[in-house]
Amino acid sequence: MGQKTNRPLSPHLQVYRWSPQMAISIFHRATGFVLATAGMLTLLWWLSAIGGGTENYAIFQKYVVSAGKNASGVETAANWFFRLLAVAVTYSFFQHLFSGLRHLVLDMGAGYELTANRNWALGAFIAAFFATALVALFVASRFLGV
Amino acid sequence: MGSGSNIGKVRGLGSAKHGGQHWINQRTSAVGNLLLTTWLAVSLILMPNFDQPALAEWLAQPAVAVPMILMLVSIFWHVRLGLQVLIEDYVHDDALKFASITALNFYVITSLVFGIFVVAKLAFTGAVA
Repeated sequence: MGQKTNRPLSPHLQVYRWSPQMAISIFHRATGFVLATAGMLTLLWWLSAIGGGTENYAIFQKYVVSAGKNASGVETAANWFFRLLAVAVTYSFFQHLFSGLRHLVLDMGAGYELTANRNWALGAFIAAFFATALVALFVASRFLGV
Repeated sequence: MGSGSNIGKVRGLGSAKHGGQHWINQRTSAVGNLLLTTWLAVSLILMPNFDQPALAEWLAQPAVAVPMILMLVSIFWHVRLGLQVLIEDYVHDDALKFASITALNFYVITSLVFGIFVVAKLAFTGAVA
């Protein structure tokens, strides 16, 4: 495995024109990584904050939900960092969910026709975008009073 | 069985007999994640409010604690399998690959045990005020 060889390699990414099918494949990996790290650590933080009592949960809320009006500059900045992270995790969840569903269909041997394959890849991107927007609007209207 | 190229070393040895298991486990845990995160999303939408006492009371119920623990198991199993593939594809140095897989195992097991403990403690001893 560690051996260095100078044999010719098959053409790689740079010779192909990007297509939705290629993009969704790498997005599946990237969003999976985001969910496995940032997503799961935030979920564990949320669960342990619930278990930790009112004061503990208030700290989670201060960082992830809203720092409040009297927050210092650093607290507000930290709050916005976690808000953006939450949007990234939410998007990753839906993107990974829809491209994952596409994988389960492909695993059954369906959807390999060129147009269907392309359209489902595009559809997964569009569905993930709108699902993320819907959750963001729901959270903004219910918890942030926007 | 030769001793030259990589392919030469393994030619004729037959299969390792567990070629499909990783792939199937990844799909099994994917379906588990699908069902259990759907349960979590629906449960959260039905929550009347999200203050800590309400959430703690909710999470301490057996019908919530059990699927929550199942969800953690399913997701971290999927994380273990998925990140393993990432490491195998992008980390080519043998020693670094071994270290990365070990770090992944520690991350997954520590996180999972921590999550299960938090939920179980709440379910067994009740909510902290």
